[in-house]
Amino acid sequence: MRELTYAQAINEGIREEMRREPRMMVLGEDVGKYGGVFGVTRGLFDEFGGERVRDCPLNEFAIVGFAVGLAISGRPTLAELEFMDFVTYAMDPVVNQAAKLRYFWGGQVQVPLVLRTPIAAHMGFGSQHSQSLEAWFMHVPGIKVVMPSTPYDAKGLIKTALRDPNPVLFAESIGLYRTKGDVPSEDYALPFGKAEVKRAGKDVTVVALGAMVLKALEAAETLAARGIEVEVIDPLTLAPLDIDTLVASVKKTNRMVVAHQAHKVGGAGAEIAQQVTELAFDFLDGPVQRVGAAHVPAAASQVLEDQLYPTAADIVSACLSFGL
Amino acid sequence: MPLSNEQHIEVLRRMWLMRFFDEKAIQLYGEGRYRGSTHPYIAQEATALGVVAALEPDDLVLGTYRGHGLALAKGADPQRMMAELLGKAAGLCGGKGGSMHFSDVGKGFLGSNAIVAGHIAIAGGVALAQKLDDTHRVTVCFFGDGASCEGVFYETLNMATLWKLPLILVCENNEFAISTYYGDSISVPNISMRAQGFGLPGVTVDGRDFFAVQQTAAEAVARARAGEGPTLMEAKTVRWTRHSAVAAGGSGSDANAERWKKTDPIPRYTAAMLERRLLNEEQVVEIEHKAKEQIEAAAKFAIESPFPTTEDMYTDIFA
Repeated sequence: MRELTYAQAINEGIREEMRREPRMMVLGEDVGKYGGVFGVTRGLFDEFGGERVRDCPLNEFAIVGFAVGLAISGRPTLAELEFMDFVTYAMDPVVNQAAKLRYFWGGQVQVPLVLRTPIAAHMGFGSQHSQSLEAWFMHVPGIKVVMPSTPYDAKGLIKTALRDPNPVLFAESIGLYRTKGDVPSEDYALPFGKAEVKRAGKDVTVVALGAMVLKALEAAETLAARGIEVEVIDPLTLAPLDIDTLVASVKKTNRMVVAHQAHKVGGAGAEIAQQVTELAFDFLDGPVQRVGAAHVPAAASQVLEDQLYPTAADIVSACLSFGL
Repeated sequence: MPLSNEQHIEVLRRMWLMRFFDEKAIQLYGEGRYRGSTHPYIAQEATALGVVAALEPDDLVLGTYRGHGLALAKGADPQRMMAELLGKAAGLCGGKGGSMHFSDVGKGFLGSNAIVAGHIAIAGGVALAQKLDDTHRVTVCFFGDGASCEGVFYETLNMATLWKLPLILVCENNEFAISTYYGDSISVPNISMRAQGFGLPGVTVDGRDFFAVQQTAAEAVARARAGEGPTLMEAKTVRWTRHSAVAAGGSGSDANAERWKKTDPIPRYTAAMLERRLLNEEQVVEIEHKAKEQIEAAAKFAIESPFPTTEDMYTDIFA
């Protein structure tokens, strides 16, 4: 099997879906001729032309609003925000419009919209280009939230997202763009709402999101050397959340850690921990442990940022806190 | 294209439907038959009808939470509208939208939107789809003077002009954003002047004059169909009633009531019908009575209709 980077895998997924669906559109800043600030849309302009791969002015509200208008007109549309932080400019079209139009119009329209919101956590970009805001959208009914950690998952999930007749927020990690992995060249798509056990283990379950999946696997390796078997689970999609797989795992391991780069307070980890607690309280040896960023904005200084974001060592500590 | 005699008569019928619908909506709210709010379109009837008279049935229209009149202008069924108002299953949106979210996609009415200006960019996307699909259809987006202060209005003016979209932006300037007089919040005397900074035509018209609105809209529609891009059209009107059932706002004063009565679009349009001998006095009275009866019947239907079920609450979230 050939290897692709995470960024190439997303690019290939978009390309294949645009070939399959001639009405599909891409909107965003620098997504056309330039190929995206991180090169994720490279080559799409040349293959599909400027009508379908549209460079937009710097106006995120209108970009996402236009994308909603295209979507309800029967054109599946991918809108790219350069950094997830910029979704603050587009909260109305995402939260009030895309997620709700179908509902308050009694099912008269479909909203096949994918919003790519790249996360640049722990890359030195400072307070306004580093945030992981996925929990905000997990909170809103009417929108799906996807968070891939490998090239294989990224391609399979972007294809599913682009085939979905509903709004999908695709929270990819810029820090993973250059990571490589096996990606089959034949057509495949991964289902939403199906978590993946990235590493099987019997002693403690670590649920990790996005870039933290790699840290969790690193932590599992460290703990394996001490005879502790960690089960690492990537939910792949936060909405819908495959709670059954998480509960089944904790019934086996009796211990759970949830790890993400988002701030620990009010993060997706809090919701996951509580849902697992409600469904499997009697199986837990102790409270679900959360690993997340400290409650301070991201500083640009590497020394400060290194202390902000959780590491593999933090996951190891959380696992050992159960007395393992 | 000039309207046929039948179409002119239909305009008068719909004017009365709009007027009686909103009077009934206010009455039913007062009786406690529904909650939330309602935003009457009273006194603005000629604007929606004048614009829609310049459209083909498959042209698309988006509007605001003050949208009952627009729904009727596009041909929505008053029975299903009234049921929607009361949150009933037979409503246009199954009772999930209510007063501020009337929509009838089959009739080309892409709904009322309750976030001020939120729908303007969506209208841009709809118009872009029309252009790419080479449909020769146009999109009309109605919004108020208050919405013209939101940033996304300017973002859309720029993009729609840049891409020459078949979009007609109709600003219904009824002078008040809830309580704020437009002269106290907008830096230019005519909102149509905003167009100058974006390179599209901007025109102001008397929104209570059906014929003037129709003529102006027809020019904008012709321009859009010819691929020449969007037009910003300001229809000046007066908000005679309260802002909504909840908030009185700055209008509804005696002074405004007096001003309005002199320019009520319905007598004005009726006089034109009589003058052109399209209708006689007797027919005019009959149209008014029939419209009133139709609204009364719609209200009766809505009141007697069942509410949605618990199962309905969980449908229409995802396709």
